[in-house]
Amino acid sequence: MKIGDTLLVALQGDLDDTTVIRIEEQLTREVARTAATGMLIDVSRLSVVDSFIARVLARIVAMVRLLGAHAAVVGIQPAVAITLVELGVPMGHLDTALNAEQGLALLQRLRRTDAGTD
Amino acid sequence: MRTELDAGREPVDFGIIDESDLIRVRKVLRTEAEEVGLNLVDTTKLITAGSELARNILNYATDRRGRVHVEQVRRGGRRGVRATFADDGPGIADIDAAMTDGFSTRGSMGLGLPGAKRLVDDMTLTSSPGTGTTVVIVKWQR
Repeated sequence: MKIGDTLLVALQGDLDDTTVIRIEEQLTREVARTAATGMLIDVSRLSVVDSFIARVLARIVAMVRLLGAHAAVVGIQPAVAITLVELGVPMGHLDTALNAEQGLALLQRLRRTDAGTD
Repeated sequence: MRTELDAGREPVDFGIIDESDLIRVRKVLRTEAEEVGLNLVDTTKLITAGSELARNILNYATDRRGRVHVEQVRRGGRRGVRATFADDGPGIADIDAAMTDGFSTRGSMGLGLPGAKRLVDDMTLTSSPGTGTTVVIVKWQR
């Protein structure tokens, strides 16, 4: 789904590793194909995010950044956030927001910061 | 450990042979955790710990194979879920190192074992080179 220049992607269900890797490839291609300047990855319907899934999420964000767009992870469930912190998965460098609406605002700020430093 | 099996509930046993079993582990642990009455955060922690341990088997065990045994336990008035992850793999030569954050022989983040331990109430690891590895985790109702 695309809102303006931003792709909105909702992950759901119980993801196995192969599916996660496939999603990673699809999303990266999709950013290039649509020339989107931003992507929101909505994980509010993921009830479990283990270290592998978290690592791939971080990788997707980094890849999207290399393509010149900004990506943010939105909707991390509170129980998942607590679990990720105790597990020790470093997510602090990721741009995250509580929900899609705040995510869109975050992407706008990031774009403005980009424009400001040009 | 003074734990007793919960009467009236059959333990669940199955093999870890491929990636789809990660999903099965998560599903079984969710069912058991909900039955025992763990809250959402504890359920999520237990499932995530189980997912890490099952993936360890796929990553490190011989032929990527192992077994999972899940049972409900009771101690005093509290109920809990105990899950055992066993494999006949090469074993862990240095358990202390394996339990240290960031230690990995495979270029991963090395969070699997120490991370899983932080997510559960109790974790015991038995391993020696050549005889495989068994990890038992327990999560109790609050």
